[in-house]
Parts: sequence; structure tokens; C-alpha cells
Amino acid sequence: MSTTSAAPRLELCGITKRFPGTLANDAVDLVVQPGEIHALLGENGAGKSTLVKILYGLLQADAGCIRWQGEAVRIANPKAARDLGIAMVFQHFSLFEAMTVVENVALGLPPGEPLDDLAGRIERVARTYGLPLDPHRPVHRLSVGERQRIEIVRALLQQPKLLVMDEPTSVLTPQEVERLFQALRQLHAEGLSILYISHKLDEIRALCETATILRRGRVVARLDPRTETAASLGAAMVGRDIRPPRHRESARTGLIRLAVEGLDRPASEPGESPLQGIGFAVAGGEILGIAGVAGNGQGELLAALGGEVASPAQTIRLDGQGIGQLDVRARRARGLVYVPEERLGHGSVGDLSLTDNTLLSGLRAQALRALGFLDRRVARRYAEDVVRRFAVATTGPMAAARSLSGGNLQKFLIGRELMQAPKVVVCGQPTWGVDAGAAAAIHQALFDLADQGAALVVVSQDLDELFLIADRIAVLNGGRLSAPRPVADLDPETVGLLMGGVHGEDDDAPARAA
Amino acid sequence: MLRLERRSAPSTAMRVATPLVAVAASIVAGGLLFAALGHDPERALYGFFIAPLLSTYGLAELAVKATPLTLIALGLAMGFRAGVWNIGAEGQLTMGALAGGGLAAMVFYDAQGLWLLPLMCLAGVVAGMAYAAIPAFLRTRFGVNEILVSLMLTYVALLALSALVHGPWRDPGAFNFPESRFFSDSGNLPILIERTRLHLGYPLALLAVLVAWLVLARTVIGFQLEVTGLAPKAASFAGFKPDRTVWLAFLVSGGLAGLAGLIEVAGPGGGQLVPTISPGYGFTAIIVAFLGRLHPVGILLAAHVVALSYLGGENLQITMRMPVAVTGVFQGFLLFFLLAADVLVRYRPVWKRATA
Repeated sequence: MSTTSAAPRLELCGITKRFPGTLANDAVDLVVQPGEIHALLGENGAGKSTLVKILYGLLQADAGCIRWQGEAVRIANPKAARDLGIAMVFQHFSLFEAMTVVENVALGLPPGEPLDDLAGRIERVARTYGLPLDPHRPVHRLSVGERQRIEIVRALLQQPKLLVMDEPTSVLTPQEVERLFQALRQLHAEGLSILYISHKLDEIRALCETATILRRGRVVARLDPRTETAASLGAAMVGRDIRPPRHRESARTGLIRLAVEGLDRPASEPGESPLQGIGFAVAGGEILGIAGVAGNGQGELLAALGGEVASPAQTIRLDGQGIGQLDVRARRARGLVYVPEERLGHGSVGDLSLTDNTLLSGLRAQALRALGFLDRRVARRYAEDVVRRFAVATTGPMAAARSLSGGNLQKFLIGRELMQAPKVVVCGQPTWGVDAGAAAAIHQALFDLADQGAALVVVSQDLDELFLIADRIAVLNGGRLSAPRPVADLDPETVGLLMGGVHGEDDDAPARAA
Repeated sequence: MLRLERRSAPSTAMRVATPLVAVAASIVAGGLLFAALGHDPERALYGFFIAPLLSTYGLAELAVKATPLTLIALGLAMGFRAGVWNIGAEGQLTMGALAGGGLAAMVFYDAQGLWLLPLMCLAGVVAGMAYAAIPAFLRTRFGVNEILVSLMLTYVALLALSALVHGPWRDPGAFNFPESRFFSDSGNLPILIERTRLHLGYPLALLAVLVAWLVLARTVIGFQLEVTGLAPKAASFAGFKPDRTVWLAFLVSGGLAGLAGLIEVAGPGGGQLVPTISPGYGFTAIIVAFLGRLHPVGILLAAHVVALSYLGGENLQITMRMPVAVTGVFQGFLLFFLLAADVLVRYRPVWKRATA
């Protein structure tokens, strides 16, 4: 290893941060050199976000020091961080939908600059880095990728020396990811340091020169991701070898279990897409993947399939019988279970125990006694079973759902449905924000269920996931669903084009739908 | 600069402690207020909080006043848990009194029999429910804000009562006083302790506490209310229909308020309808519900604390010639300190120097 004579751009030494009950960061050291793309890699709950918040002045470390270009600094708040030259692009955007791009950018900058001048600067920066952006478009008309560009351009206008990006690709199509990477490589060539936070191993291998891996708040490895395999990176991150889900011969029985035809639905809120003429069929033993960028009707589709909203009876058929008019409980009673996209607040109540959370879905019918009394012993036993069978890390069935990590809560929620021995499973974002170990366990559970003859519909924005588990993939774009195609006939680029709204000639022919 | 920072997890102990802190702070503030008004604070506080509890009659009066507060607050708490805001319990109370009392004063005024009181109670409950059904209907059908509708309907009910006892329901033998005929003996609640006003309504309220606790802690209805209040989308996932929750909350709270109204006129109200049948129990019960942390047992305790504020206010009015507003001031203190303490349970105040 050659030593650089110049001081590192950023040096964190011995950063420790304690929260009640957990040690989020335990003596973390991190060095980012000038002009380096540095990956910060770790499972959910490994302490990445805490570290970044300390770096950006949103949290204060209990112990440790921060050196910026060789000098010890104290970062009291985000403004202090920005003044040093640290810019941050968060996973969740903070934009005003009703305002234009330039107005949104102006809000984050010191006042005084005329909007026209600023618009010119935005266009220049956007053009320089190949991130096309019209400064005068209102934000609500922009795609998720374009919205992220606003945040990036806003960060770049501050002429930072270090750009921190928190899981930037989780909402992008493959084409948008490629474009983002090009811009990042160009910035890198100009000497900007980038701290890139992710748990997507392939991306890190493609982009980053150095990786610091966190596990349970500690640095467990520092390595060059380009010389590693995805499996070895994953093993370093999780601390054990990830067993990839068993490869599966498609177990299609040929019998259609779930059939959807001519399903329409108005958008539930502005910015969402109304569903138009959705149609597909899933056979027993089959997993249908539905790809698409968020906001293209996923929420509406899941609500319509799961039964949170009613539809004309014959638009949704379960084993040949129309169930469109049935509510979510009646559908559960017939063997259709549903896992919503949002874990906390939709799939579970954060303040309630795991025991009580089993009562939200199918188990309630089993725990119900005369006069509406609920037998919580039944619920508690069931929660214990789910915890055991799906290896959910928790203090027990009385733990509040909120106290579980994202991956463990998701294992619990999926396990809660799968143990009902369903005929049809409708699942939204099964592994979003879930660590690699939990994702493998969840995928294995879905496979097992398909092997037992259930039909599965998995709605996901993660193409890698869909290519891994689905037998066929369809794309939801602007509320319309493309014709499902076998995975063997597809590649990620084709699906990416469909996600971006470019339909193949086969897919825009509703006349042929019989 | 003073700022509020969210605490990671408010503890159960603190949730239980806040009402006690609020009561203590109200007593201190009350003492300061008495002193500022030129009264001996020690004597005034004694007269307000202790003196009313020193006789059997005083204790019985405490129970008499706690009865409607408990009944109404139990019903309101069901809705509040689910985020349904019935602010019109005073109106539903009035309608319950009108229906049950009207039955006794206008139809069965010379009838005797054990059947009369249950019939009046039933009429009170049904009338309270029917009156609460108006905001429930407007909310579920047209999305009208239930807070405003239920609140404004209170004034309609109070005026309806006034119109009836001044007009068609006035007792022909009452020398033009605005009051109805007396109910028959069977239309009055039995007195439990001689020479007090303690009536059958109090054990009824205790029974209601038990039932409410069972419903909230053990049944699917309690679960539905809790889930709806904590996470509306999870309630939808669970198949709980939001409209049904609104109806449930309004019917239960309206029915209990109507029952409380009937109990007021058939018990301490002296067995007739007069223009004023409640010193604002329907509104005060909102304080009781929150002071009791929306929990049935907490509500029972809180109802007695607030009932004491009525007795203490009356006592000071008599012994120290203070205005009756003392009661309202004390209830205001209670609510204020409870809300303040709640904020401090959820947030921690931090001094931060403004950084350049």
C-alpha cells in the first residue's frame, strides 16, 4: 500500500455512539482520501446511518474525533458540515411537490440570488454531469430519478469536497443507475471524494475503490471491493456465508389459481397512477414478479389484490371464483394472504406486541371466541411459532413490533402470513431494506410455499430480486401492466426499458387479451 | 434557545406519573392563586380538597358527581382511542335526559312498577345514541368534521330542553316555573344511603368500568379501536372498516352520555326536568378521559378527582365567599398541567446556544 503525503480528506477515529440498549457505533475508524469513492457497507442496523448522521452534524458522537483535511473539527449541525464542504444526498428526498425545481433548490441556499441566475447554474451543473433537469418543471411532474437529480444538483451547487450518498439507487431503474454512476465517476475524476452507502454488493464492486464494512457498530473489514466477489463481500458484511436460496425447478401445476382481468382503479392519492385494464394469471407453484418504479400503481395494485379496496367480483378470481367484491378478511378466509409494502404502520402496528400483531391478519379468526373475546394465548403461541420457524431475532412474543430491526420484522410479517398455509400470496417489496441474510431466508420461504402449490405475486422495485425468484416478470408502468414474460426470455435491460415507459410491440396490444 | 427533542421511548411509568404530576401542580398553582386573591392559601386549599371529604354526605356527593363523569368519559375514551372525536357528550346527555325524563314526566307520571326505571334508562341510552348518530352519519357519509358537528349540536340540545320545560312540558301546577312535573316514585333512582343523595347510578358506573375494561382489553372491539388509533392503515389491512369504527365510537359514547343524563334527572336532579341538568359534565368528561389516560380504571380515579373540584368549589363559595368559577379554574389548571406534562414525557427540553 502506498502512503499519500497529503492528509486524508476525512478521518473518523474511534467514533462511539450509544443509544439506550444498543451500541450503534463502537470505536469506528474511517478514512476517506481526496478523490476517492469509498463504500460504507453493512446490513440494516449495522450503524451506517448513525455514523453518517454524526458526520453530517445531525447527531453528536459520545467519543471519538473527526479530522477534516488533517485538522480536528467539531461538527455541531448540518450547516457546519456544509461549511466544511460536506454535502449529503439522503435516501428520502425533502422536496416541495408543488414548487418548481429551481424554487426547491433556492430554498436550500442562502437567499439573495435571482431565480433566473440560479436556474442557469442548475442547467450548467446538470449538463456538465449528464443529469438532465429542467429547472422550471414542478417537482410533482418529475420521476423519482429526476427528483434525486435535484438533490444531487443541489448538493453540487455548494461545491462540496465530500459527497455522501445514502442508498441512492434503491428507487432507480437500471438505466438511471448507469447514468448516476457515470456522473459519479466524472465527479470522482475531478477530485471529489464520495462516501457511498449501500448494501448492494454488485454496485459497490462496480463503483468503489475502497470499502469499509460495518457489522453491529464495528468496523470488521477494510478492503478493495474490485478484487472481491459479491459472495465474499456479502460474507464479510453478514459475518457468515450467505446460503443462496436453493435453485428451484419451476413447480407449475398448470392450474390457474389467481386470475385478474380488466382491473381498473382510480389513483388513491395525487401522484399515484390509476390502474388501467390490469390482467394476468398465476398458476399454482408459480411466482409472478411485478417490476416497476415506485408510484406507478404498486400501492393500488396491492390494495386491490389484497382486498383493502373492493372491485367488481369477476375482475379477480381465486381458483375460478370471483372474489373482487370480497373484503380483506373474506379473502384471507379463502386462502389469499397479503403482505403490504410498508412494514410499520400498515403490515404491523409498531406500538403493539408481536402477539397482538398476529391478530391483524388471518389469525384473528382462529383466536376469536364467543362475544368477540380474543384468546391471546393462541396469538402468543402463534407468535412464538413464527419467531422460531423464521429465526426472528427478538426478545420474545411480547416485544413491540417497533423494537425489531427491519429485516427481522419483515421475516415475522411474511412468516405470519405463510404459516396460514395460503393458496395465493400477494407480497409487496418482500426484502426492501432487508439485509442479505434475512433476504435469503425470505426468498427460501417463498420458494417453499410455491413448491407446495401456492401461487405467488411479488411486487418489487428490486430487479435483482425478481430475476432471482420469479418465473415470469411483468412491468407496471403508469398504471398499466405489460404482458408477463418468462424470466429466461428477459434481461434486466429490457425490463429496465419497460420500467422507463418504453413498451415493446407485444405489450401494448390489449386487443389480444382474451 | 429552548428546543424540544423527541425522546426515544416514553416509559409506562411516566405515562402513569403524568396525571399525578398534573394534580400536584394544580394544587400548587391553586394555592398561589388563592394567595394572590388575598385568601389564606392553607385554609382555602383545606376547604377545597379536604373539607368536602370529611363527612359521609360529602363522600356520597363525591360519588354522585363522579357517576356521570365516569360514564361519559368511558364512552368518550373508546372513541378517543380510535381517533374519533365526540365533543358533544353534553348534548347527548341532554337528549338522554329529555327522552327518559320526558317519558317519566309526560307519559308515565302516575304509573308505578319496577319496569319504569329500566324503560327510562333504555330511552335515555337510545336518545343519546340517536343524537350521536347525526355527527357519525355526516362524517361517514359526507366527510363532515365530527368535532364541529357534535359540538354545535350540544347547543341545539340545550335549547330544545329549555324550550320544552318553558313550554309544552311545563308542570301545570308549578306556578309558571320552568320545570316539568315530578316523576312518579318508580321513576326515581333508589337512594343507597339514608340522608345522602348516593343513588343506584354509582354502582352502575362501577359496573360500566368493569365492562369497558373487559371490552378494551379482551375483545376484538377494543383491539379494533386501538389499532385504528395507532395505525389507520394497519386497521385497513386488518379488515377493520373506518366507518364502522366511527359509528361504534359515537353510538357507545352517545349511549353512555344519554344514560348519564337520565341518571342525573332521575337521581340528584330530584326527579323532574329543569332548564339546567348538568354543570357541564359532558365537557368536563373530556378532561376526565385524558386525565385517566383513556383507561377505564384511570378514568374512575380521575372522575373522583374532578368531582372533588366541584365539591371544593361549592364549599369555598359557601365558607369563604369565593366565586363558583374556582371550580372551572381548577379544572383548567388540571388540563393545562396534564398537557404540559404530556409534552415533557414525549419530548425533552434542551437549551441550545444558537450556533453561528
